[in-house]
Amino acid sequence: MIEEQPIPSRATPQRADSAPSDVGTALPELAGKSGAAFWQSLEEVSGTERFQDFLRREYPDQAEKMLDEPERRTVLKLMGASLGLAGLAACTKQPEERILPYAKNPESTVPGLPLYFATAMPWARGSIGLLVENHQGRPTKIEGNDQHPSSLGATDSIAQASVLELYDPDRSTTILQRGRLQTYDDFLTELRTALNVQDAKKGAGLALLVPTIVSPTFARQMREVRELYPRARIVQWEAIHRDEARAGAIAAFGKDVMPACDFDKAKVVLALDSDFMGGGPEGVRPTRDFTKHRKVRKGQTAMNRLYVVENAPTVTGMMADHRLPLRSRDVENFTRALAKRLGIDVKTSASTSPQHDAWIAAVAKDLQSNTGASVVTTGDWQPAVVHHLVAAINEKLGNVGKTVRYLPPVDCLPQDKSQVETLRELAAEMNAGRVEVLIVLGTNPLFDAPADLEFAQAIAKVPLKIHNGLFLDETGIQCDWHVPGAHFLESWGDARAADGTVSIVQPLILPLYGGKSAIEIANAMLNKGGESAYEAVRATWQKDRPDAFETNWRRWLHEGLVPNTAAGAVSGTAKAVSGAATEAATGIEVVFRPDPTIWDGRFANNGWLQENPKPATKITWDNTVQIAPALAKRSGLETGDVVDVSVGGRTVRGPVWVSPGHADNSVTLHVGYGRTRAGHVGNDAGFDAYALRTCDATWNTVGVQLAKVGETIAIASTQEHVDYDIVREEVKKRQILRVRTVDRFAADPHSLDVEDRHHEEGETDWYKKAVQREIDNGSRPVGDYQWGMVIDLNACTACGACVTACQAENNIAVVGKDQVLRGREMHWIRIDRYFEGPEDAPRLHSQPIPCMHCENAPCESVCPVGATQHSPEGLNEMVYNRCVGTRYCSNNCPYKVRRFNFLLYSDYVTETLKLQRNPDVTVRSRGVMEKCTYCVQRINLARIASKRDQRRIREDEIVTACQQVCPAEAITFGDIADAKTAVSGLRAQPHEYGLIEELNTKPRTTYLAKIRNPNPELETA
Amino acid sequence: MKDHPKTEAREALIGPGHTIASITDKISEIVLAPLAKTPLGWHAVMGIASVGVIALVTTIVHLVTTGIGIWGNNIPVGWAFDIINFVWWIGIGHAGTLISAVLLLLRQQWRTSINRFAETMTIFAVACAGMYPLLHTGRPWLAYWLLPYPNTMGMWPQFRSPLIWDVFAVSTYATVSILFWYTGLIPDIATLRDQTRSKIARFLYGTLAMGWRGAASHWNRYETATVLLAGLSTPLVLSVHSVVSFDFAAGIVPGWHTTVFPPYFVAGAIFAGFAMVLTLALPIRAFYGLKDFITEKHLDNMGKVLLATGLIVTYGYAMEAFTCWYSGSAYEGYALQNRLSGPYGLFYWALILTNCTVPNILWWAPARRNIWILFAVSMSVNIGMWLERFVIIVVSLHRDFLPSSWGMYSPTMWDWGMFLGTIGFFVAAFFLFLRLMPIIAMFEIRLLVPKSGVTGKELPHDHDGGAHSSGAQGAGAPAMHDHASRS
Repeated sequence: MIEEQPIPSRATPQRADSAPSDVGTALPELAGKSGAAFWQSLEEVSGTERFQDFLRREYPDQAEKMLDEPERRTVLKLMGASLGLAGLAACTKQPEERILPYAKNPESTVPGLPLYFATAMPWARGSIGLLVENHQGRPTKIEGNDQHPSSLGATDSIAQASVLELYDPDRSTTILQRGRLQTYDDFLTELRTALNVQDAKKGAGLALLVPTIVSPTFARQMREVRELYPRARIVQWEAIHRDEARAGAIAAFGKDVMPACDFDKAKVVLALDSDFMGGGPEGVRPTRDFTKHRKVRKGQTAMNRLYVVENAPTVTGMMADHRLPLRSRDVENFTRALAKRLGIDVKTSASTSPQHDAWIAAVAKDLQSNTGASVVTTGDWQPAVVHHLVAAINEKLGNVGKTVRYLPPVDCLPQDKSQVETLRELAAEMNAGRVEVLIVLGTNPLFDAPADLEFAQAIAKVPLKIHNGLFLDETGIQCDWHVPGAHFLESWGDARAADGTVSIVQPLILPLYGGKSAIEIANAMLNKGGESAYEAVRATWQKDRPDAFETNWRRWLHEGLVPNTAAGAVSGTAKAVSGAATEAATGIEVVFRPDPTIWDGRFANNGWLQENPKPATKITWDNTVQIAPALAKRSGLETGDVVDVSVGGRTVRGPVWVSPGHADNSVTLHVGYGRTRAGHVGNDAGFDAYALRTCDATWNTVGVQLAKVGETIAIASTQEHVDYDIVREEVKKRQILRVRTVDRFAADPHSLDVEDRHHEEGETDWYKKAVQREIDNGSRPVGDYQWGMVIDLNACTACGACVTACQAENNIAVVGKDQVLRGREMHWIRIDRYFEGPEDAPRLHSQPIPCMHCENAPCESVCPVGATQHSPEGLNEMVYNRCVGTRYCSNNCPYKVRRFNFLLYSDYVTETLKLQRNPDVTVRSRGVMEKCTYCVQRINLARIASKRDQRRIREDEIVTACQQVCPAEAITFGDIADAKTAVSGLRAQPHEYGLIEELNTKPRTTYLAKIRNPNPELETA
Repeated sequence: MKDHPKTEAREALIGPGHTIASITDKISEIVLAPLAKTPLGWHAVMGIASVGVIALVTTIVHLVTTGIGIWGNNIPVGWAFDIINFVWWIGIGHAGTLISAVLLLLRQQWRTSINRFAETMTIFAVACAGMYPLLHTGRPWLAYWLLPYPNTMGMWPQFRSPLIWDVFAVSTYATVSILFWYTGLIPDIATLRDQTRSKIARFLYGTLAMGWRGAASHWNRYETATVLLAGLSTPLVLSVHSVVSFDFAAGIVPGWHTTVFPPYFVAGAIFAGFAMVLTLALPIRAFYGLKDFITEKHLDNMGKVLLATGLIVTYGYAMEAFTCWYSGSAYEGYALQNRLSGPYGLFYWALILTNCTVPNILWWAPARRNIWILFAVSMSVNIGMWLERFVIIVVSLHRDFLPSSWGMYSPTMWDWGMFLGTIGFFVAAFFLFLRLMPIIAMFEIRLLVPKSGVTGKELPHDHDGGAHSSGAQGAGAPAMHDHASRS
């Protein structure tokens, strides 16, 4: 039989570098060469006699056999033999292996029921506590830990999607030394040899490149590394760093502090280019706090007010009562002018635009009348002076100690320089050849380091480069050693939240591919290779809190946090802001921002995040060159036009997105796209905006040229580009979004009813009566419970966490850019976005749309096979097995919430993805319709429990996935037949309404209208 | 009955100089002639159509193995080419029954030379139409669940769904049409059986003729069956397309939910059907020199029907637009606005041009006798009726209630593959039929020969004893009887 011979593929881009390899020894003249050039010339050198000789020696037999044309007789013989031997194989006695039945359950498991474990997701700006659903040893779904201060039970979309990252089939699975398989012991040997050399030099040639350290254990280890190798460099690098905030805090207080804003105590919030409700896990708690006072109910006359000044619409901007589109560069002068008006002695620029003066005056007045109950906040991308100014303003307003507290930074290993500075020094050291061993743990500088550092060239000069990460990424492939990383769901660790609270990160599953966490690598460096990460973490905490350690440890694991680790507020008085105002450079600025879904690019290979539409633009799978309509008009650009964005001799090429509400003369580029080694999902999506980003301009630069290339790219937005005015008109006419000011709502709560109702009550009661008749004569069974949902449009921030949570809970397939372009995305809940007002400065609204579970469902009557049915409890149910796929139901659904498997979207092949699936939800095959079920599996789980205990289902027992994840608590679900439930209470609110209810569909999902709280002075202006 | 006008006074429906024998020879020759004598045009058309058949088979295989995602359908446009083409083909299939049944009952003699055409067209058009609802489902192998049959699942179809009504309407229509068509073929098959010199052909035609000998009792049963089937088919002409229109009218989509749909769909179907009859008849008439049987009088009449139904359809469009405006509903209003000036506005105006404007040339009598103009008008209507369905289905669906879910539709190569494939299949099947069966009902044309003595205004419905077969014409000869002499 012919066996496959392990002939190394020539196509595999392996690196040989200067280190000797077998091929290298065979061809001494090539040994000095390195990189791609070596393999490119292989085709040429392979022709030489020497190389042929080498090949014969290396593969003496097979090489020739493979080249020989097989004779016909040989082929026939082999075929005959294969056939005969194939039968023979069946005769082999299989080795005896004993399997054991599940005779004794592991403690506390009930087959079919999940267990939940507390853990935490490390995050550079404050980790988030999680509860992870675990089915028979496999984590399937992430929930927030309601005891954790960063979560309070909710999460964001990135935390939701982290479980998919765990099962990503593109994760690296093997330890590689320059492309060759190696064992961990080989790696340890090499690491030890290299470190032994460094021992003598006190680590002068050693450098570590790690993400911002939020793990106390890892920080302890790094301190120990510093003791062993005092001259070693430990560089922390996050592409989305807080260097400017840090510099601002140092300027104001002389030390680094992080402002913690209690938005729940604020009546007026001013966000100066700050996306405090967005930005991954760190936005969860602020969202919860801020939206607490957005939930206006009957009789309520007050709510908080949000002013947002920003250049591109974010979730925070979408929530604003007043939103001012402003170039990011102009925020400084805006803030100076505001500070001045508030009576702070600062220099202002002469060039403040007069049209903003009214705005500034009104905001200042509002802030002054709410001293001690307001918050001014700014984003990490604003220069240090703005952070300083904001500190001064908050102090002036008397907010410090009331709504604003200053906490020590979340980093567990603070540095005395900014991240950009330390990275720049590292690059210089590497270029000078002074770095001999570089250990990169979980960062990807070759993708996200500032472009002017030329990190790829610098790293090539390091003799030994070691990479540890989940993926063999852009950095991993250039390193000599790659050790697969362990995901946080499969490793031990600890992590600090924004307020300092520490959670123990406990694994939910053994490492799928034997990955090693940074703690384990650090242990190896510290010559404690025998100590596991578990022991390391315990060691840290045993030392820190020795009292009743074992008992406490169990409690910490169980509760998901170590009590009393929250940091105390730091006191300090902001120094006066000195220095003249920066004259805002004119011209077009370019602004770099983390992507709203894939962050800095580390989640580029995550299909759930890639397909989650970005809140303001609804774009999936791409980043764009976002510009204002006015700039687009002036430059003759339209959405989809490919442009070259050039600044300082660097150019990136990407498609234009004309974004209503974007500031004029400003270009927003979201980083994180354009990955080349992300994996099958993330490769070649979008363009790499990091290529424009330099050390001196990490967030913002001016003097940008936009040059039309002449091509267009189709951008997969889930809300198709339709004429702005038509949509605005139609949305208004159809009363899809009902918006009132809080004053008008307080004066006349019923003003939100549609004024020109299409029918008088009683006129089209025909359906209602028909339903009642059916109930009366028993042909329409009525269940014990009647499920319904109310969504508070005033609380929804459009963050998109519900979309990912639903995807995780309900095994919803990812379809890819091409299918999204065709309008075939599969999300069961979507968030619609609408604009109100002029294109240059519109108000943005969002509206989550799950299935409405109509009482008179138009989909039910048209299905020819009865595959969609009304349950006695009011659910509109899909029977996948019965569906033949006529799509009539979808055509007839006025809300277009039904999703069709046009192709085989579900992955039935990839083993790891199967592990993620929720066993309680069917995986849909091609040709069937699907849609939101109100998480019927959760309803049934509660029903089983209630029947077992012979009681009614308790109100808090059923929480739908979208409701559970929502940081704003905008979604309420429950029994609408029971007047005492929260959902019934909301349905009785005067501003509750059904979407296009004049169709008489009688939706079970209804909305609470959006209530705005405008400043009268600005509203009239 | 006695004083009906003389046919001589009217324009003859058959060319001069034809005898019963010459009719039989001329028409049966098309079938019985050796292959070499088949006109070049037949080969050319068949060749092109075969490419279409290959495209159809390829598309279906790819479709069933991969899923309907190979088409351009999406959410919100769940139905597109699949249902457009289904309705289009069903519409085309309407002329057959109308000509055979309704005109038979209305005693319109001019129908005789084109009824076979039209019936055959119906059969193949319905076959093409039938493919779509079956194959457009996500899981076509389960499409039989739409049929009411006792099963272990204990499930019936959901009878409130218009799609179920469709299943009944279309399957009934197909069954009755096939019966009608085959019944009408039997006397002519018997003629072919008697005329052919090939043993195989005689066996095959003989089998298909089911022992027809032209006996008086045969004619008696034939006439009874024909009238019964005509009576059965007549309501079907109205019902099938009414039911098809319910697919839309019963939905709530703005642009679908319209009470005018049933009558306007029926008129549209007749419009489309006659256009297709002309599209097929004009070339075949030229290829085979059948000008004596399909006379200018026929063309003139068909032109008039086209004009009349075209005006009804135009009225339908006008009423649709009026209702949208008059309803005052925001959704209907926008649906209209979107039709007129939305991204697919061009399609609407093209529809108005092809269906409402172009046919007006037929007011001018010479145009109705000019084959070039007629052919152009018929093609215009074929396209226009396709556009009508595009406008109703795609343009209504792509922008319905919530502007957030508005989308666009564009067909893929597989949409076109299926559409052009069914056209290829239709043409190929039709031309194959042309080569194997008499395309004009010989026995009915014979009645038009003045010598036959039948006045042309009467149904040959009373045969007792009066029928006798002409030896020269064999068993397939018409029953010749003289009403005038008996009354």
